Amino acid sequence: MPGQPETGEPGSGTPSLTREDAAYVARLARIDLTDDELDLYAVQLAAVIGHAAEVAALDTEGVEPTAHPLPLRNVTRTDEPRPSLDRAEVLAQAPAVEDGRFRVPPILGEAL
Amino acid sequence: MTADSKSDRSSDKAAWEPVIGLEVHCELNTKTKLFCGCRNAFGDEPNTNVCPVCLGLPGSLPVLNIRAVEYAMRIGLALHCEIRPSIFHRKNYFYPDMPKDYQVSQYDAPINVNGWLELPDDSRVRIERAHMEEDTGKTSHIGGGGRIHDADHSLVDYNRAGVPLVEIVSAPDMRSSTQARLYASELRGILVATGASDGRMEEGSMRVDANVSVRPAGTFELGTRCEIKNLNSLRSLGRAIEYEIERQIGLVGAGDKVVQQTRHWNEDEGVTVALRSKEEAFDYRYFPEPDLVPVVPDASWQAEVAASIGPMPAERRDKLAGLLGPEPVSRARADQIATVVEHGLDGLVTAAAGAGVDAALALARTSNEASADPDAARRIEVASFVALLRMEQDGKLSATQSKTVLAEMLENGGDPAEIARRRGFEALDTGSLATVVAEVVAAHPDEWQRYVGGEDKLVGFFTGHVMRASNNRADGKAVAAELRRLRG
Amino acid sequence: MTGAGPTDLAAPGARPSAALDIARDVRSGSVSAADVVDRYLGAIDEIDGELHAFVTVLHDGARREAESVDLKVAAGGDPGPLAGVPVALKDNMCTRGVPTTCSSRILDGWCPPYDATVVQRLRAAGAIVIGKTNLDEFAMGSSTENSAFGPTRNPHDPARVPGGSSGGSAAAVAAGLAPLALGSDTGGSIRQPAALCGVVGMKPTYGTVSRYGLVAFASSLDQIGPLTTTVTESAVLFDVIGGQDPMDSTCLERPVPRTVSALADGVEGLRVGLVSELVDGVDGAVEARVREAAETLAGAGANVEEFSIPEFRHGLPAYYIVAPAEASSNLSRYDGVRYGLRVDAETAESMNAATRAAGFGAEVKRRIMLGTYALSAGYYDAYYGQAQKVRTLIIDALAVAYQRFDVLLGATTPTTAFAIGAKVDDPWAMYLSDVCTVPSNLAGHPAISIPFGPDDSGLPVGVQVLAPALGEPVMFQVAAVLELGAPVLGPPRVHAR
Ligand SMILES: [Mg+2]
Ligand SMILES: [Zn+2]
Repeated sequence: MPGQPETGEPGSGTPSLTREDAAYVARLARIDLTDDELDLYAVQLAAVIGHAAEVAALDTEGVEPTAHPLPLRNVTRTDEPRPSLDRAEVLAQAPAVEDGRFRVPPILGEAL
Repeated sequence: MTADSKSDRSSDKAAWEPVIGLEVHCELNTKTKLFCGCRNAFGDEPNTNVCPVCLGLPGSLPVLNIRAVEYAMRIGLALHCEIRPSIFHRKNYFYPDMPKDYQVSQYDAPINVNGWLELPDDSRVRIERAHMEEDTGKTSHIGGGGRIHDADHSLVDYNRAGVPLVEIVSAPDMRSSTQARLYASELRGILVATGASDGRMEEGSMRVDANVSVRPAGTFELGTRCEIKNLNSLRSLGRAIEYEIERQIGLVGAGDKVVQQTRHWNEDEGVTVALRSKEEAFDYRYFPEPDLVPVVPDASWQAEVAASIGPMPAERRDKLAGLLGPEPVSRARADQIATVVEHGLDGLVTAAAGAGVDAALALARTSNEASADPDAARRIEVASFVALLRMEQDGKLSATQSKTVLAEMLENGGDPAEIARRRGFEALDTGSLATVVAEVVAAHPDEWQRYVGGEDKLVGFFTGHVMRASNNRADGKAVAAELRRLRG
Repeated sequence: MTGAGPTDLAAPGARPSAALDIARDVRSGSVSAADVVDRYLGAIDEIDGELHAFVTVLHDGARREAESVDLKVAAGGDPGPLAGVPVALKDNMCTRGVPTTCSSRILDGWCPPYDATVVQRLRAAGAIVIGKTNLDEFAMGSSTENSAFGPTRNPHDPARVPGGSSGGSAAAVAAGLAPLALGSDTGGSIRQPAALCGVVGMKPTYGTVSRYGLVAFASSLDQIGPLTTTVTESAVLFDVIGGQDPMDSTCLERPVPRTVSALADGVEGLRVGLVSELVDGVDGAVEARVREAAETLAGAGANVEEFSIPEFRHGLPAYYIVAPAEASSNLSRYDGVRYGLRVDAETAESMNAATRAAGFGAEVKRRIMLGTYALSAGYYDAYYGQAQKVRTLIIDALAVAYQRFDVLLGATTPTTAFAIGAKVDDPWAMYLSDVCTVPSNLAGHPAISIPFGPDDSGLPVGVQVLAPALGEPVMFQVAAVLELGAPVLGPPRVHAR
């Protein structure tokens, strides 16, 4: 995977992140960061990941993950229409509008 | 691809086997969206069917539409899938038509897995999964001829955002574009038959992506595949796959490698082109959607849903074939049966056959005349249709007259006997028929001699003249019988 | 007058309650809601310049709502159990037509077209939303210093932080600028500022209070809860905002047991576990107060025993994977397309990236980066997946503990309020503020922080009572006893007259 951060084996010691690693993550998160910010976050992320590495090293063989604290199942609603919002109210919040739609600059990449 | 590569033995088409899998997204026929109460409607004014949930406004939360779950289960059951406890994941990527910049979709625990679909050619395509997910909004590119890369800017309408989809993923089991088309067409029939979707490719309610690769014939390892998007008709699907197979054979035949990529079918130029995409776009950072809880359909819920769906197209085709008799049906009859089932008009045929009408006649009128306007045919009164066919079968109307009456019934409804009377349609009685036939024979002594001498095809000649002479009131079969009687 | 007067609900001997007094007087017609609201608005106008507890003060809206309460009283209708009581809302809860900022530049100018469920329930109970309070941007922080609008100050010492992220709500209640407030608690964001400001802060069982309209930070951890002066007020407010909501799929169907009635039950015979991990290693003065609280409960007839839950040590690192991961996804929607800030650029992609760079503060960017990293290809299993397993370990360990104990006791925070600026350059030092509170969030259990006297410098100390899922009644029962036995904490330096 290009730009994949290399932090070594989780739990194997002090991880390190390079500016390039941080840049890859910033691209995924779609935030323009300056080089200074990338350097700073590389160090700070590595510190937090270092603490997480202790957890990563725990033996959790046979332990089920908890994605959610509740044992709920099958929460649904009936297929009945409810009122939608007023379009003028919705579009009034938008930074740019044209023809009843949200206007954005040209799109570089394709949806996948 | 080029003239040169055709002479190269390794790019000989027969040396390579195409491998095709399809991913089909179908919009469900629910009244409301997957996670909110906004209307699921096509063609409304932009951004009128939106609310905090489907606009992804801060603080909003999804609540699952039970009807969407049941439609997904119907599709799964019709495809012989195993229905499993399922959870939703978030698929994270940025795109302006996605209000939350993640798509809620089922990832590693889909509701339907491990099914299969049998095609009319008796091949079987495995279904890996059929999972629920939400649709995105609709982006229009303004300027530059509406093409994304040349556009000046884009406009987004979120009416479609959050519409429920089921994505049906086949195994790479297909080996030709013909088989892929057959699969898509049969799947569409199933979607319509379950009531879960209207399967309209042109309106985008059924969207097909094709995964295509090639490998040396006789080998089993899968080659590198390309995914083709934007196939919005069966014709495009077939053409795009054909093109892509040739392109890939051209590459590998010339010793090049196929690069795994997503490609776009350009209908006008008849080519697939690589999409520009960023490498990190594939790092979707899936994780379980914490705003929703698992969907675990128990046996009784599954049974309830199973009971709510009727027989699938294959079963319905078998039933119609059975009405025709025990022997295998001809290719032409099979096509008629397929047409009737595709348009959901089986009821007309079975009702007529049940009332004693010849099944072949009922099938012919339903597949040829009634199917010309399927929506009207679905509205026609079954009893009237049966009455019409009985009149034709009993010789009270000629075939031509019967078709004319049926056309009027499709257009305006009405009672067939009444329509026939108004139009002055009345088949000749046996005595008058014999008189007309005798007159025609007398007027064409040469042709009569040749017919008597064994030239059977002249039946058509005499029938045509009898029809003309009788103002189409003669029944063709009755004319043929009279001619045979005169010949002795 | 219909229904039981709210003051009937107070436990015998409970501390005086401004909120319940107001509700009683407004309901009886002896005081008008309009006067109450004016009094609080006056105090805010006078003091809040120094504290900066509020981001938005609803002068007009609050007066309008007060008038409608007074009209209802005059007409002989039931104005609700919190009639005329001003409530301060953390500014991450949606209010229709009123800016909801999350203390972030990225929501610049955004007015939600809808009210959060808790806001609807407050109004139905006759309460009056008086303002929106400051928070760490998107509730990410433990000091309310990460606000795009500047920090909130601690009423007990304006040079110190109020805690966070519900620091504005805690400071507002402590300084008497609102009798009641709501906060949200993802890893301690109600309880920690409550402890640092000397008020009662409670995080309910996950799923008992609707999250609809709460701007998400980490969806599987977030819960809305009360910040109040007294335990009784906490229980009354919880009863008002709790209950199932068809707009939130993660809301429990099961009705929340009414908690107010449990307040007077005492602790005779209750089994209380003092959690070693929540007393060892915390500041000496804090530890002393927690042990004193344990003695108080023992003196009141509880059986108190010290007990170790080693799994709690993994809580903080697990939390700082799970919460940022969910946050990274929840905050993707701030992309400049539909609402809030947009920084224009040549393409949609660069517009997104520039908008997010300009709109988010440093801590939010840090957590989005961390969460994105933890979910990215190749790291999911080691970090997010493993952290989710640690949640299971903590839940299992708590299940064992609750076989022996009815409630657990410990510190709310490792230290009392620290100086503004002291921890801003060391994220992990700041994250350690949450070490005692995150286990309850990871497990989805309720917990409450009660002020229990001052430390040596006169700063408030909080003790924490933890209970199993839906154990709010017994939790309040214990909290009421601690409240009665708490050493006297002096009034804040900054307080409404
Ligand atoms: Mg999909
Ligand atoms: Zn909607």
